[in-house]
Amino acid sequence: MKLDTPLGSLGPDITARLLTRRAAITRGASTSAVVAVGLRMASVPVAIAALSRDAFAQGALPEVVVRVLNLALTLEYLESEFYNTGVAKSGLIPAADRTIFTTIQAHENAHVQYLRSALGSAAVPKPTFDFTAGNGSGNGPYADVFTNYETFKAVAQAFEDTGVRAYKGQAGALQPYPAVLTAALTIHSVEARHAAEVRRLRGNFSETSPNEGWITRNMTDIPGTAAVYAGEENATQLGIDLTTITNIGVDELTESFDEPLTRRAVLAIVAPFIV
Amino acid sequence: MELDHLGTRDAAREETITADRRRFLRAAGLGGLALALPGVLAACGKEIAAPAAVKLAANTDIGDAATVTLNFATDAGVLNYAYALEQLEAAFYVQVIASPFGGMTATETRFLTDIRDHEVVHREFFAAALGSAKIPNLTPDFSGIDFTSRSSVLRTARAFEDLGVAAYNGAAMYLKSTAYLLVAGKIVSVEARHASAIRDLLEPRTSHFAPDAFDDAFSPTKVLAAADPFIVDTIIAINT
Repeated sequence: MKLDTPLGSLGPDITARLLTRRAAITRGASTSAVVAVGLRMASVPVAIAALSRDAFAQGALPEVVVRVLNLALTLEYLESEFYNTGVAKSGLIPAADRTIFTTIQAHENAHVQYLRSALGSAAVPKPTFDFTAGNGSGNGPYADVFTNYETFKAVAQAFEDTGVRAYKGQAGALQPYPAVLTAALTIHSVEARHAAEVRRLRGNFSETSPNEGWITRNMTDIPGTAAVYAGEENATQLGIDLTTITNIGVDELTESFDEPLTRRAVLAIVAPFIV
Repeated sequence: MELDHLGTRDAAREETITADRRRFLRAAGLGGLALALPGVLAACGKEIAAPAAVKLAANTDIGDAATVTLNFATDAGVLNYAYALEQLEAAFYVQVIASPFGGMTATETRFLTDIRDHEVVHREFFAAALGSAKIPNLTPDFSGIDFTSRSSVLRTARAFEDLGVAAYNGAAMYLKSTAYLLVAGKIVSVEARHASAIRDLLEPRTSHFAPDAFDDAFSPTKVLAAADPFIVDTIIAINT
């Protein structure tokens, strides 16, 4: 089957469109040269980073882009250090599940690297984290996060689902900057892949709510995460009450759409994890 | 008025869809959805001025395929692109559940039924949002899929879900409405959740659920070329 092969990577076709799409990224030959370097290296992140950097004069990122990417970077710092710590902790992750978490770990570190590269000197420094959600006490509600595998997986799920909602909530702000928007979206959907895997792992792949790959209403079985799922029960999109257009149940209706979180809501969720 | 969802800026008047008359009418009969005929559109309100958004070609030759043109200069064109892909996905999973492969477990049935429901919701959502501006019902061509084979079904599902993710990621920049961008974002992450889960079914507990730190973002042309073998109709993207 034709589609069974990997679908490839960011190709020259979309690259060209990114470069010509809007005034913000309209540049001359130098742009193509920079992007070509990334493409020659056959690296999507490099190409994206080149695109993003090249879309603006270095050091002249629009304030809104800096603000959005630094929010993203803060979350990626959180996730990367969380997985770096968890993966390094002996006896925490069973051998059978190790590849799942080393995969996610590698991705989060790549996201940090990309965002720092795109932001340059405007990148915020990495905060000091308390993964127990204890605001630095080291004795928060998830005190056994690195000794109890169940807690570790639960916190991982909360981080991933928060990440999906956080990126989504910033899409509108990035709309005037198509290269950055597209780059952010290619991270956003990877966070969703992570979230689905961790959710299913927590349910031992039994595919039963609330441990399916998708979010059912605002359901959560993790203490202290009501804010992470608040609003996911929404069943109205673009003013269309979804219950009126199919006879599919409300659980599946709400699973079909992931909801965004505002910057403020995201920062409130992560605040207990930041010293 | 259905078209209110599209606002006035991106009225569908730029959409031109030519279709074989017989194919078109048959689709209307089979699909059970109201067919947007020129007369209906003309009666539909101020956003749709002549020429009509949908016109039937005079061609009545043999052949079933319609040709659908998606104008990416309009948000209606972009939403119809999503609608086309959701039609394809929904039709696929409807058939997967209607004729399950041998040995489909209860867990797999529950799982694939959920995905079917999500894709049907997406399809019906776009149909409702587009109203009279929506493209006709497409006719899938699943002749290359062996629905009795778990491997064939799951590998096709993987291809469709990954393609859907790359399609939304690549099309977002065309949208002018922030509301539409947001709703596309709400859907793409669900497609990514599907992709992750399907991939994990194929290769459990490996890195397969997320093969790269960055997902693809494909141009409409590339996506439509990949989807083409699975759709009888011809879909053309313009102003990309």
